[in-house]
Amino acid sequence: MNHQPTPQTGKEKNPNLKKISGIKMESIGVLMTCPMHKYLEQQLETHFNLFKLWHCNSSITEFLKTHQGNTIRAVVGDTNIGADAELIASFPNLEIVASYSVGLDKIDLRKCEEKGIRVANTPDVLTDDVADLAIGLILGVLRRICASDEYVRIGKWKDADFGLATKFSGKSVGIVGLGRIGTAIAKRAEAFGCSISYFSRSQKPFANYKFYSNIIDLATSCQILIVACALTEETRHIINREVIDALGPKGILINIGRGAHVDETELVSALLEGRLGGAGLDVYENEPEVPEELLGLGNVVLQPHVGSDTVETSDAMADLVISNLKAHFSNKPLLTPVI
Amino acid sequence: MLTSSEQLEKRFTLYKFHSIPDKAHFLNSNKASIRAVVGNASAGADAQLIHQLPNLEIVSSFSVGLDKIDLAKCKERGIRVTNTPDVLTDDVADLAIGLMLAVLRRLCQSDRYVRSGQWKKGDFKLTTKFTGKSVGIIGLGRIGLAIAKRAEAFRCPISYHARTEKSDVNYKYYPSVVELAANCQILVVACALTEETRHIINREVINALGPKGVLINIGRGPHVDEPELVSALVQGRLGGAGLDVFQDEPNVPEELFGLENVVLLPHVGSGTMETRKEMADLVIGNLEAHFLNRPLLTPVL
Repeated sequence: MNHQPTPQTGKEKNPNLKKISGIKMESIGVLMTCPMHKYLEQQLETHFNLFKLWHCNSSITEFLKTHQGNTIRAVVGDTNIGADAELIASFPNLEIVASYSVGLDKIDLRKCEEKGIRVANTPDVLTDDVADLAIGLILGVLRRICASDEYVRIGKWKDADFGLATKFSGKSVGIVGLGRIGTAIAKRAEAFGCSISYFSRSQKPFANYKFYSNIIDLATSCQILIVACALTEETRHIINREVIDALGPKGILINIGRGAHVDETELVSALLEGRLGGAGLDVYENEPEVPEELLGLGNVVLQPHVGSDTVETSDAMADLVISNLKAHFSNKPLLTPVI
Repeated sequence: MLTSSEQLEKRFTLYKFHSIPDKAHFLNSNKASIRAVVGNASAGADAQLIHQLPNLEIVSSFSVGLDKIDLAKCKERGIRVTNTPDVLTDDVADLAIGLMLAVLRRLCQSDRYVRSGQWKKGDFKLTTKFTGKSVGIIGLGRIGLAIAKRAEAFRCPISYHARTEKSDVNYKYYPSVVELAANCQILVVACALTEETRHIINREVINALGPKGVLINIGRGPHVDEPELVSALVQGRLGGAGLDVFQDEPNVPEELFGLENVVLLPHVGSGTMETRKEMADLVIGNLEAHFLNRPLLTPVL
């Protein structure tokens, strides 16, 4: 009925907006750094013009031999390969790095900030899985679940009962980093009657747990020490010989953070010498390499960096990556921005 | 048996029945002097043993389960019976959660994957999330409640089946095990083994639990129709199982050894140093109370 033309606003329109709505997102060049999740790969292929770095031996130099650097406007990285200074410098039209992870240690955040490149990650959707694994690792180490499962499968139970393990309920748990994941771990451990204490950059007013301003004091006072903080320059090797010795021959270390949080050489010698009671590890300094000395130990549980690797969570993380990219290229607010 | 036999030896004249080669001869020679039996989940006090011990006054079980004790015969003869409730509740509940996490997150398979060097060739596959899965508990006694409390911290909705509905809990009650199984993703056996609960997990229940369902048994082997369980797992009619107990321990159906969706434990529910010591103290405490004419600490009869 009334076909008045849309009034022009006084605000200057984004000169690219018409272009973007005219051009389908399928032409936008997105570089995926590694084969992280099939469903994510398929979604990226469907919605964008996807390039796979591992088809060029995971080498940027090789990639640039056969592709124009300026075609890439987005990078999807993960805990293996993110977006370092070299990568950022290679793609002058890079607008956004969407990480298939919550950890940002593989992204040169300073460079991104400098160049106005947006960064998004996948917080919250993976919190439960990582916290579940932390508890699983504790139970695995203390109750020797994997060792006793093996005992049954190789027929040893017919000869003798398995030896006695260690009780979990009621043990004192110390958490390094009381963010989303640290808090989720604390909540679960509380249901097992564990007393919770933590070390963090600053005391959290909302937390009803005992705060230690010094990680040695935390390690001294708890029986199970869990690394749940972000990896930064400050937290590299936060678990060193001193902390390990403070945790002691009856103490257990659980690492669901990053391999670089722990001085791995010190950890290995402490375990071999009995200066540390046990360890549950999902991450290592040089994945997928795991120190050979650990492979034969009965007081460790070793996981291949599977903290968030469930079907449910991987799909949720993938959806978040896609949504962030779509939001960016539609000039909408990012769902989970870091920068 | 892993009780503190030194403790028993200090206070009493201890006969270790399991290591006596000619049991019949032993009983014949010593029956008059035996006034107490300490049994466990493997070997208790059946009608035959009770019958052979004319002066038996008390059976003190190193377990909370009473299925290996002929309670009717004990009652008939006026024999006291004690067990070890409460002290092992946490351990068994902890293990139930451990089994759930291990099955769903493939903890043992991925640990083996690392140790065998396979991680260098490629990532492990995706597993199944635990948080938020619905948990159905058969038997809401001490252990069942302890399991529920822990699972709640993982935001698992809790439902249960028991002989009677409990008025003081906030969990959904199902009047039949099949209905419970049809409505949960993880089914946990946590009730006592009696004539009524033998094979309470049968083909019908297993089918109701289904190809995405997981069975956790920290009760007794005979709670489950084991051949039915094995065929359901092998055929994929059941999603997975975490088992600490078996029909004929220590024998475990070999078809299970090759399956990656099961975790098999050698009846270690209460197998920690802390708890076994407490259990032993309770056994000794009950025996001493009895022979000093004091009230038993944890009497069943």
